[in-house]
Amino acid sequence: MHNLAQLKPGQCATVKVVTGEGSALYQRLLEMGLYEGAEVRVVRFAPLGDPMEIVLHGYNLSLRKAEAAKVKVEVRG
Amino acid sequence: MSVAVLAATPPAPPPPKAAESAVYTVAVVGQPNTGKSTLFNALTGLRQRVGNYPGVTVERKTGRARLDENCWVELIDLPGTYSLAARSPDEMIAVDVLLGQQAGVPRPDAILAIVDASTPERNFYLLSQLCELGLPLVVALNMTDLAERKGLFIDARKLSAVLGTPVVAICAHKGTGLEELRDSLLQVLRHKRPPTGARPEFPVSMQTEASGLHDELLLHAGKLGRQVSRVEAFRVLVDKGGWAELRLQGAIGNGFHQGLEARRRRASRIPLPAEEVRARYGWAKRVLEGVLTRPAQPRHNPSERIDRVLTHRYLGSIILAAFMLLLFQSIFCWARPAMELISRAFAALAAGVEQHLADGALKSLLCHGVLGGVGGVLVFLPQICILFFFIAVLEDCGYMARAAFLMDRLLACVGLSGKSFIPMLSSFACGVPAVMATRTIESPRDRLATILITPLMSCSARLPVYTMMIAAFIPATTYAGGWLSLRGLTLFAMYSLGPLLAAPLAWLLKKTVLRGEAPPFLFELPSYKIPDWKGVALRVYDRGKAFVVRAGTIILAVSIVVWALSYFPHPAEIAAQAAAARAELERDGTLSDEKRAGLLESLNQAEKGDYLRQSYFGRMGRVVEPVFKPLGWDWRISMAALASFPAREVVVATLDTIFDSGQPLTLPSPQGGEGRVGGAGGHYASLRHVTWTGSDRLLFTVPVALSIMVFFALCMQCAATLAVIRRETNSMRWPLFSFASMTALAYVAALATYQAATWLGC
Repeated sequence: MHNLAQLKPGQCATVKVVTGEGSALYQRLLEMGLYEGAEVRVVRFAPLGDPMEIVLHGYNLSLRKAEAAKVKVEVRG
Repeated sequence: MSVAVLAATPPAPPPPKAAESAVYTVAVVGQPNTGKSTLFNALTGLRQRVGNYPGVTVERKTGRARLDENCWVELIDLPGTYSLAARSPDEMIAVDVLLGQQAGVPRPDAILAIVDASTPERNFYLLSQLCELGLPLVVALNMTDLAERKGLFIDARKLSAVLGTPVVAICAHKGTGLEELRDSLLQVLRHKRPPTGARPEFPVSMQTEASGLHDELLLHAGKLGRQVSRVEAFRVLVDKGGWAELRLQGAIGNGFHQGLEARRRRASRIPLPAEEVRARYGWAKRVLEGVLTRPAQPRHNPSERIDRVLTHRYLGSIILAAFMLLLFQSIFCWARPAMELISRAFAALAAGVEQHLADGALKSLLCHGVLGGVGGVLVFLPQICILFFFIAVLEDCGYMARAAFLMDRLLACVGLSGKSFIPMLSSFACGVPAVMATRTIESPRDRLATILITPLMSCSARLPVYTMMIAAFIPATTYAGGWLSLRGLTLFAMYSLGPLLAAPLAWLLKKTVLRGEAPPFLFELPSYKIPDWKGVALRVYDRGKAFVVRAGTIILAVSIVVWALSYFPHPAEIAAQAAAARAELERDGTLSDEKRAGLLESLNQAEKGDYLRQSYFGRMGRVVEPVFKPLGWDWRISMAALASFPAREVVVATLDTIFDSGQPLTLPSPQGGEGRVGGAGGHYASLRHVTWTGSDRLLFTVPVALSIMVFFALCMQCAATLAVIRRETNSMRWPLFSFASMTALAYVAALATYQAATWLGC
């Protein structure tokens, strides 16, 4: 299974699971809508390669690659 | 209102007292970027910063809104939050206010929930939590114009039916829908009925454990000193490691944690936060079905097109740098006409006072202490307004988030995150709000590191110092056809000094005293929008006013103290000696009128110099001179630096006072300005002629000017910032550490600058 940080700009994916239960990051990732079944699209990476910008639920979110690595996804299309 | 309508209205008993006092309290809640502050401003008319960044709405803000002729409500503007799952004391505040357990805040009678209609799913997550609080609630569906551009339409009437509570479509920045919103608020306040619609569905086991925990916590009411509500018990159960749990654990102690963990295991096989999120987003999806119309074809988001340029790999960084450079050039150039106007007004005032008052302490106090001090600082108001205008616009239009996106990797190098970029950027305006803005940095270590390095950024109080030194000593050389000036570049260098030194310092702090794991760094990149100009104007006005009030209180007080220290004891012998010498000059018939006038002038200067040397100030200055001599400073500069402890900008007024007392009041300057309070060029030019006491050697050289600027760029001469650090860290240790380390750094850097510049022959 891929994690979100491994995707390339323009790729779409479905969230499978978020790891790291109990941390502030885990909580925040979920609240922002990265729960199982959520659909995301990678928009771009910042000039220095990190963080990355994704679109989910119709809004744009910035997160670090180390954080995105906690989100396991299934690539679509 | 027509007479006919008046007659038709049933005569409502008008209780004059009740009409004056707020009867109800309404909490305004919403996620960041929902336009909450704009709505709050529109309803209350209360001035407040508009934006979505750390610290912007963290402070408790309240304001009165009039709902109709007889009903006022007290609105509490709660910090923007994505959910009620609080992980820090700051995030807990919103929860505690809503539960009516925040000290000093009455339990709200109703909630005004703001929802961004352009991102409904994520906003409905918080809304579902708000619906469970048992409080009457009105939903303000904001940004409907933005949603329409995305092709999203939400039927407010249908949504109202599904939620079982009023929903009003509004556009806060245009002011549409507000009348209906007020009516709906009145309605829910009268009926006092919480939302009646369907709730998120949690697994039965989870509900059982939540109730069980609630009962258990009620048994601990004695230990806790309060009754824990059902909602709080739910948060304790679900938010593993959250603040609700941690603070109870401390109070209850023994065995609480083990019992809680056992409950969590029984409640669900998957982690409870995941269970909650699934239930709430599921609820949002169900509610939005049949209420939300989506475009048949996904529309192109205009923000993404803009971002292709503004966050582009190379172009984005260049644009960010260009924005910053433009900022520094503009505060130096565009503010000039207004500055000259202010300085002329003060020159006229001072001249009037000179003419109408007899010589003596009062005249000296007014001209030098009061007008010199306040006037010399007020002159910088235009620059401060321009600076805050830029920050407000960048924040409001959504660019600040992009700046954080671009900058995060760099800040990550020193162990910080893009979240620190906003406090650091704000600290270019003022360290006080910047330190307060660090409150929403979740990791205490990152927060402390940011608090310790933000005061290194050049705040607006340094600007007067830079402006004074640059205008007086840096040549007005221009390059690239007038687009770049040596003065602008020097200013840019001074502004760069803070970040350049803050980087290794932050890294060092994060490697030593403040070691630990990086906090989550997730943030929304909001859609670009036209700034809310009214909100921007209000913020500029607020900042300007704050600066003037400071100039009018701290600075005036210090100016007067400094004036008194440099005026008294004002020995009568000096006056007698000077009078005798003057009389002798008058009697001397061999002198031409011109020569006599010249000699009289020098005599006046000598008299002033004598007073100063004899003053308390002069005596104190000479004591500390050896400490600052390696920096190229004489006793007068040293004393001015010490006297500016309360606020850096005071040094400008102090230098004014000191060198006025030893130098001609007006000197022709190359720029042609001859005013007493001469603003950017004219008056400061007189500094160029100041010499070391008892010598012809010029005091102010370029190395000295640079060493003064570097010292003030890095020192911690700000009582207000120290007080805020004390409050934010709740200890004396950190403000003392901050003051001691920054003063040492400033001294060493100024020393190095002076020695290097002298060696290079500047």
